[in-house]
Amino acid sequence: MATFDVHVIIENKPGISDPEGETILNDLVLKGTHSVISKIKTAKMLKFTIKEKDKKSAKTKVQEICDELRIYNPMVSKVTIDVFDA
Amino acid sequence: MKVGVIVFPGSNCDRDMYHVLTDVFKLNAEYFWHEKGLPKNIDAVILPGGFSYGDRLRSGAIAAHSPIIKDVRKMAEKGIPILGVCNGFQILVEAGLLPGALLKNTSLNFMCKWTNLIVENNTTPFTNKLKLHQKIPIPIANGEGRYYVDDETLKKLKKKNQIVFRYSEVVNGSSDKIAGVCNEDGNVVGMMPHPERAAESEINPIDNKPSSLIFESLLNTIGVKN
Repeated sequence: MATFDVHVIIENKPGISDPEGETILNDLVLKGTHSVISKIKTAKMLKFTIKEKDKKSAKTKVQEICDELRIYNPMVSKVTIDVFDA
Repeated sequence: MKVGVIVFPGSNCDRDMYHVLTDVFKLNAEYFWHEKGLPKNIDAVILPGGFSYGDRLRSGAIAAHSPIIKDVRKMAEKGIPILGVCNGFQILVEAGLLPGALLKNTSLNFMCKWTNLIVENNTTPFTNKLKLHQKIPIPIANGEGRYYVDDETLKKLKKKNQIVFRYSEVVNGSSDKIAGVCNEDGNVVGMMPHPERAAESEINPIDNKPSSLIFESLLNTIGVKN
């Protein structure tokens, strides 16, 4: 068994407005003349530390936990899961 | 006849709800802590507003896993009237007892103001004394009150008559101006505005009668004469 850090990023699905990201873009970044930026999306990241036999099992386990406990609301959110060596 | 008012850590409208049920509408009500079960002789269940678990993760997401929710689910299946107000609505949504999601208001502000609701379904246990399209002046107080459903679910809600209340105008960016919905059977109702803050003339400067009809509908449903 090894220890892994699993990062779970929860963000709104495409097409669902993200007023916080829009405010950061329009009222902060673009006002600072950083016109190269075209989009900002906010998300919530949870960092899990888990003992598993390999990265694949760690990812599967965390995905199962997220689905079972409704860590994200599938109506509005999507999750991206990345695994790193701890 | 007994109404259960569920108390979660962080509920803060439980006492207002209890007061309205008992002092105003003379109902027998009882508080139930979220870690306990609900007795079988409960005739209706109310999940009050507040900030359960400090809105951590997102509003209602953690309370939706409280032990008492298993009993709420059983009662929902049995057809017992269940009302979620504000955070109670968010908890019912997160528990999967009502469809959709409640997102941050488009304004990003915590909105505390009077709004007008329009009754869209007057066949539920909490709206059967109201007239269809009747206007209800009522306050909202929430930060995550923007009701969202995808297009497919919205079509289904319309088809099955599950939209219970709409705002009379755009308030917070909710899909189709929805302020309250019910399950397919109609016995589980969730609404963001606070009827317990609008059912008495002393605290309602506009008209307390429509909000009081929400409670009178419940009395009517569970067979109590007021």
